[in-house]
Amino acid sequence: MICASACKMNFKNLREYLAWLYYQYLLITGIYVLEPWEKSIFNSILFSAIAMVIYTSYVFVPIHVRLALEFFSGLFGGQPESTMALMN
Amino acid sequence: MSSRSRLTKMTESSANKLLNGDACNRTINEKKSSKNGFVKSHCLFQQPHKYRRTVEKNQNVTPSSSLYKKPFVESFEETPLLVAVLTYMGYGILTIFGYLRDFLRHWNIEKCHVAQEREEQKDFVPLYQDFENFYTRNLYMRIRDNWNRPICSVPGAKIDLVDRVSHNYNWTFEHTGKVVKDVINLGSYNYLGFAENTGACVDASIEVTQKYGVGVGSTRCEMGNMDIHEELEQLVARFLGVESAMTFGMGFATNSMNIPVLTGKGCLILSDELNHASLVLGVRLSGSTIRVFKHNNMQSLEKMLRDAIVHGQPRTHRPWKKILIVVEGIYSMEGSIVRLPEIIALKKRYKAYLYLDEAHSIGALGPNGRGVVDYFDLDSKDVDIMMGTFTKSFGASGGYIGGKKELIDYLRHHSHSALYATSMPPPVVQQIITSMKIIMGEDGTTLGADRIRQLSENTTYFRRKLHDMGFIIYGNDHSPVVPMMLYMPAKIGAFGREMLKRNIGTVVVGFPATPIIESRARFCLSALHTREMLDTALQAISEVGELLQLKYSRHQQPHPSLEWTSEDSQLQD
Repeated sequence: MICASACKMNFKNLREYLAWLYYQYLLITGIYVLEPWEKSIFNSILFSAIAMVIYTSYVFVPIHVRLALEFFSGLFGGQPESTMALMN
Repeated sequence: MSSRSRLTKMTESSANKLLNGDACNRTINEKKSSKNGFVKSHCLFQQPHKYRRTVEKNQNVTPSSSLYKKPFVESFEETPLLVAVLTYMGYGILTIFGYLRDFLRHWNIEKCHVAQEREEQKDFVPLYQDFENFYTRNLYMRIRDNWNRPICSVPGAKIDLVDRVSHNYNWTFEHTGKVVKDVINLGSYNYLGFAENTGACVDASIEVTQKYGVGVGSTRCEMGNMDIHEELEQLVARFLGVESAMTFGMGFATNSMNIPVLTGKGCLILSDELNHASLVLGVRLSGSTIRVFKHNNMQSLEKMLRDAIVHGQPRTHRPWKKILIVVEGIYSMEGSIVRLPEIIALKKRYKAYLYLDEAHSIGALGPNGRGVVDYFDLDSKDVDIMMGTFTKSFGASGGYIGGKKELIDYLRHHSHSALYATSMPPPVVQQIITSMKIIMGEDGTTLGADRIRQLSENTTYFRRKLHDMGFIIYGNDHSPVVPMMLYMPAKIGAFGREMLKRNIGTVVVGFPATPIIESRARFCLSALHTREMLDTALQAISEVGELLQLKYSRHQQPHPSLEWTSEDSQLQD
């Protein structure tokens, strides 16, 4: 939806397009009506929250994925070994 | 006002005879009465069965289609879910910041510009804690520059605005001394364009001012009844097609001061959900029992009528002295037109009275400009009390009530407005007389008929173009009031400001005049708007709509080639 209408408007360069996206963010969250210092407070809180999410995912997601893969391969890989042992 | 016992009169044969040719969903085996005598399923307007949930609530499928001589197309497209969620989120964020600012104001970290209680009152019930005051302080104040803009010219098709600037975020304004000239006026109620400072109306008013002066100096009952007032009332009665009419100095006062005279305790008033504040005030002042039915919903109204007649007054179960249905001709916030043929059918069947407030529809609807009764081609004798105002289509101020001669004679002696309020000033009376004669065609020119046709062409064109562009528009296809949905709180302020930058003056509306997520911009069309002005306005609206992402509608865009018929006006039958 945003891309379709963005193509209709003539953006001369990337800077204008980014400014328009920032304007949409201001309108949708309602920040547009606030005074500049309130806008800064909200932007800094939101930015720090997103930064924390990115950092946490960077640190913890590979470890969790590796552990999950080990768990599941242990389940399927372990089975044939035990039955072969039983038969022999 | 005789007492009524309707239970015995509602036999099955009379219900069958009343409306022949009515395409109703009635089956033969539904005519049974249950034990306590309450006859079910004789309703005129059954709920139409909806087998599919559609995105648009298109109300052009009426069960009793023989009552309507032309198609009745209204649409109120549903709010898209994502937009509703984002709107609530926006209001939530603004509420949090509102609490923050209130905290700073309370602890005197920030200077408080707003009304506050005094030290001695702090232990009593708080005055400014409810949501309306919170909303005003923290949300309305931030976008306040879109309202109360001072005007310094006649409010015609183009208008001049006083330029003002605020240095402390809308708490105080200063005039810069400049004037914004030739702003296209899409906000004034000027449907037939009689708000002008040149022409026949103004010349006649000037003559009358030189003869009578401006002030009247008395009430209608004492010394304020002039011969031009009598002439005006006879003219209004002839215009509406009623026996007699009476005029008042203020439209709001017409409703709020006359409804208490007509009903009292022991009467029942059924009023529409979205009635104007003047009607609500009048109805509450009267002391009658009030029941509210859903907006323009005939099934809800019929159910209430039947319940009222069957059960009577709340504790004693005596029959009601009067049942009065109060509706408006055009609802200005929704742009919807009342379903008058169905209401008249209901009123005749259940023997209720009808009060029709034609504030926006008189002069603006109908092939002869005589209002919603003319639009549906009905008899004006069916409506018991026809009320309207002269503000919107006649370029004056004041209101009128028309009806039977006995009713108006009673009002002349008992109305609070006639007894205590000053009568209408002579130049205003002459403005109404001249403009009404122009509309009726009695001044010898075709100016009236031209303007009515121009208004209906403008309406059809404007609405169709906005709909094709992809905006969500509410209301009937023939109503000159066009509400366009904005939804998000920041877009209310942004829309008003961006339109003013492009030299177009619009009115934006938010809470509390509308439900909290359904904020809108309301365009009022006029007969003085030329096609070029409308094209300029539509171009600007489309630009702002792209900039602010307002094109929410989810219907299919029609092909331009199929829709390009020449201006279709409803007058060319």
